[in-house]
Amino acid sequence: MTEMYIPKEKLAGVVEDLIGRQRVYGPVFDGAYHNFEEIKSAGALDLAYSNTRLSAKGLFHPHSERMFEYSLASGDPEAGVLKETEKDYSPRVVLGMRPCDARALKIMDRNFNSPQYGDPWWVKRIEATTIVGLACNAPCGTCFCTTAGSGPFDDSGLDAMLVDLGEGYLARAVTDKGSALLSQISKGSAAPADAAQKADALRRSAEAAIGLQFDVGSITGKDSMELFNSPIWEEIQFACINCGTCTFLCPTCWCFDIQDETHGEHGDRIRIWDSCMFPLFTLHGSGHNPRQNKAQRVRQRFMHKLRYYPEKYGDGIACTGCGRCVRACPVNIDIRNVARLMSSSACVRPA
Amino acid sequence: MRAYTEKIREAAKRLLSEKRVDAVIGFRKGSIPLVNEPVLVKSPERADELYWDGSCGVNLANYLPKRTDRVAIVAKGCDSRNIVVQIVENQIQRDQVYVLGAPCHGMLDRRRILASLKGREPTSVEEVDGQVRITGAGFEETFSRSECLQENCSICIHRNPVISDEMLGEPVAEQENVDRYPDVAKVEGMNPDERKDYFEEITSKCIRCYACRNACPQCYCPTCFVDESRPQWMGKTIDPKDVRTFHFLRAFHLAGRCTDCGACERACPVGIKLRQYTKKLEKDVKEFYGYEAGVRLDERPPLDVYRPGDPENFIK
Ligand code: SF4
Ligand code: SF4
Ligand code: SF4
Ligand code: SF4
Repeated sequence: MTEMYIPKEKLAGVVEDLIGRQRVYGPVFDGAYHNFEEIKSAGALDLAYSNTRLSAKGLFHPHSERMFEYSLASGDPEAGVLKETEKDYSPRVVLGMRPCDARALKIMDRNFNSPQYGDPWWVKRIEATTIVGLACNAPCGTCFCTTAGSGPFDDSGLDAMLVDLGEGYLARAVTDKGSALLSQISKGSAAPADAAQKADALRRSAEAAIGLQFDVGSITGKDSMELFNSPIWEEIQFACINCGTCTFLCPTCWCFDIQDETHGEHGDRIRIWDSCMFPLFTLHGSGHNPRQNKAQRVRQRFMHKLRYYPEKYGDGIACTGCGRCVRACPVNIDIRNVARLMSSSACVRPA
Repeated sequence: MRAYTEKIREAAKRLLSEKRVDAVIGFRKGSIPLVNEPVLVKSPERADELYWDGSCGVNLANYLPKRTDRVAIVAKGCDSRNIVVQIVENQIQRDQVYVLGAPCHGMLDRRRILASLKGREPTSVEEVDGQVRITGAGFEETFSRSECLQENCSICIHRNPVISDEMLGEPVAEQENVDRYPDVAKVEGMNPDERKDYFEEITSKCIRCYACRNACPQCYCPTCFVDESRPQWMGKTIDPKDVRTFHFLRAFHLAGRCTDCGACERACPVGIKLRQYTKKLEKDVKEFYGYEAGVRLDERPPLDVYRPGDPENFIK
């Protein structure tokens, strides 16, 4: 099954059927904003949303995760031996993920699932998950996915994609996993003859609404050291309070810390999100900190996303243009403005 | 609002060209509606970037500690109180700061406004005569300003700067007969289990990003207790135990120091009601010691001095 039409009044039934077969996740409104949560009954799913407050990365790379456990009991022959903590890799489907968040998973793959290294938990969770995206008909003013190599109808990170045609959804499979999922859905019907055309018109108007907001090529084409030493950072960094919000909300920020916590004779090895905005992130055991001031940390965040990552992987920037950092930064540091300053040759504001 | 913008620019040009200060800390217009960007202006030519409206909620006192130069700073009532606390705590010298006092009408709450727009996105915000007019694609809504204020602003009793070297406008009328603590009184009336549930619920969404801490002008420790690593004082996860420990310790560190400027709540990306912790401490300090943080330069904070008559009936 590669394509079908799901009238909106049938969506709840479709979701209930899916819940019977696997774990189902989707955007849930908590009274103030949406976040991905497990959907236990179809009514909890709310697809009338712009985007979730936290990105979808937490579904695969949770904020805090117990990796291993160990015993510290004296006399225990297994003392100090790490044992992998059990996790749930049963099949699940994520409904309604926005294209930018799904594309971000491909960027995260560079780190967690490369030919050299596979992070077992990331890899198994991705394998266990079928992602059904929701194309964006009405992007926000802070979205710039089309600039960042993704787009409101980008299906590159998805297994299947829904397009809201008003009365119903056009569902299209992108991968085999996606078509396997669609074939489980009995409540769909054949797509109306004009569905593809309507979807295409929606795509074009959404893409046009976002437009191109900065020029990636003129950043990636610049000399790294010149950018690194540019006086723009002094200007950009002033307002930043190094709070880490941007990186925690970002779907492509993958950095983490590993900690051992012990309690009596039991120990846990835990992985926790970390952020290049925190001074502790780079603090050496010797006390030396190579990024000891805020300007260095702010520069790192933008240079990593917009300059180092493209240079290392040749695969565009480490940003999908979801706009979360723009919306959530308490002091209005806007990555689009930073990118424009980085790309402009006359990037130096008058002193 | 426009009038303040003009005054700020004029003062910045004058102070910078007369070399009375090395830099001016103010705001420039933000790239999205309802949030402006703090900016450091060092030359008179750039003074026209400075801007003022009801979206200048960020507490600029946060940018003062550790500065070694002489700076002018635009300060609302609350910012001025945080500057006083910093002076009292020796984080900055009085003669280093030139306070451009901004009598305040309360700052707009971006989240509250966005929530009342129910998903519609504002593209422009105008403040005229006590009203806030919001326009977006295919809609226009007008709210009264009081419906749009941050919660701490609606109960603020120090809207006029407590110190200033120059005022940007006439003093505003202070709000009278404000009951600042109905929510705290409610929590005080709960039994310990209800209280525990109340606070666990408040922080259940916390992601430990520390925006609340970093937005606070009073959080300037060289190494915060959450970052201590030798030895490590506390867990870093989002397990309720770790989250609870962080929030209680953070709040206690602000006893007698918090001015209820609301910077923490404004910064939190997930809407944690952090002031529910600090307001209780503010109330206790006021009741037990008759002290309000950041109001006077010539008074030591109660947790900084010992007096034989200090109340102790709460020590159990
Ligand atoms: S969210 Fe804004 S203030 Fe916080 S670390 Fe990121 S850029 Fe800095
Ligand atoms: S850098 Fe900002 S816009 Fe880009 S993916 Fe991350 S949060 Fe989204
Ligand atoms: S707390 Fe008071 S002084 Fe501060 S912004 Fe609100 S109304 Fe103004
Ligand atoms: S800003 Fe909010 S989410 Fe971040 S640590 Fe503070 S309370 Fe938690």
